[in-house]
Amino acid sequence: MEIRTKKEAHATVVAITGRLDAVTAPEYEKKMQELIGGGDIRLVVDFEALEYISSAGLRGLLVTAKLLKAKGGHVRFANVAGTVKEVFDISGFGSIFQMDATVAGALAALS
Amino acid sequence: MANNFVEECADRFGLATKKKFGLELALEEAFINICSHAYPDGEGDAEIFCTGDGDAFVLEIADSGKPFDVLSLPDPDITLDIMDRQIGGLGIHFIRTMSDSVSYRRENDRNILRMVFEKDSKRTVTSR
Repeated sequence: MEIRTKKEAHATVVAITGRLDAVTAPEYEKKMQELIGGGDIRLVVDFEALEYISSAGLRGLLVTAKLLKAKGGHVRFANVAGTVKEVFDISGFGSIFQMDATVAGALAALS
Repeated sequence: MANNFVEECADRFGLATKKKFGLELALEEAFINICSHAYPDGEGDAEIFCTGDGDAFVLEIADSGKPFDVLSLPDPDITLDIMDRQIGGLGIHFIRTMSDSVSYRRENDRNILRMVFEKDSKRTVTSR
């Protein structure tokens, strides 16, 4: 898994590549905690290059979303598609997170 | 490692790509369940068996840990909102959803989880 961050005017975009599973989820959580701890509490997670997610990956998303909510922050998910979308749908996660078709759409919603 | 082995088996069997994704997810979730329920205090062994049974690909995972029927876990409440949502139980929910059938048995002091993936879920009747 690879995580790239980019600051935009109203939010920070976090692009994740590869797999979000039992092996990589702790790394995702750590990175997000660093961002949130540093004051980045308006986040867009870009799933475009994410190929695989398991329940451990969903746990990572949930843990950070709860942390963010406690800090008064916001997170939106962009480009959730294919098999990753399927996992979101099966778990009911698709309805608890705010989802956007594109990063631009997510950024607009946060501005 | 386990992943590659199972994927090679599935390829040889001719499992559809979409099914292979479900297989990969079920395999990871089964492993995580073994780690947390069969071996809660440390390390242990797990053995994987792949076989073809007619039109079905069969994946069995065996461990020598504490007796535990993962299928006894209730399905999670997937309607709760973000702050009340728990992750526990999602793994077995994925296993149930992704496989066409799943069963548990205790045999020779081992937990064995058997997951069956039909080659083609959408059975179609072909006329000649």
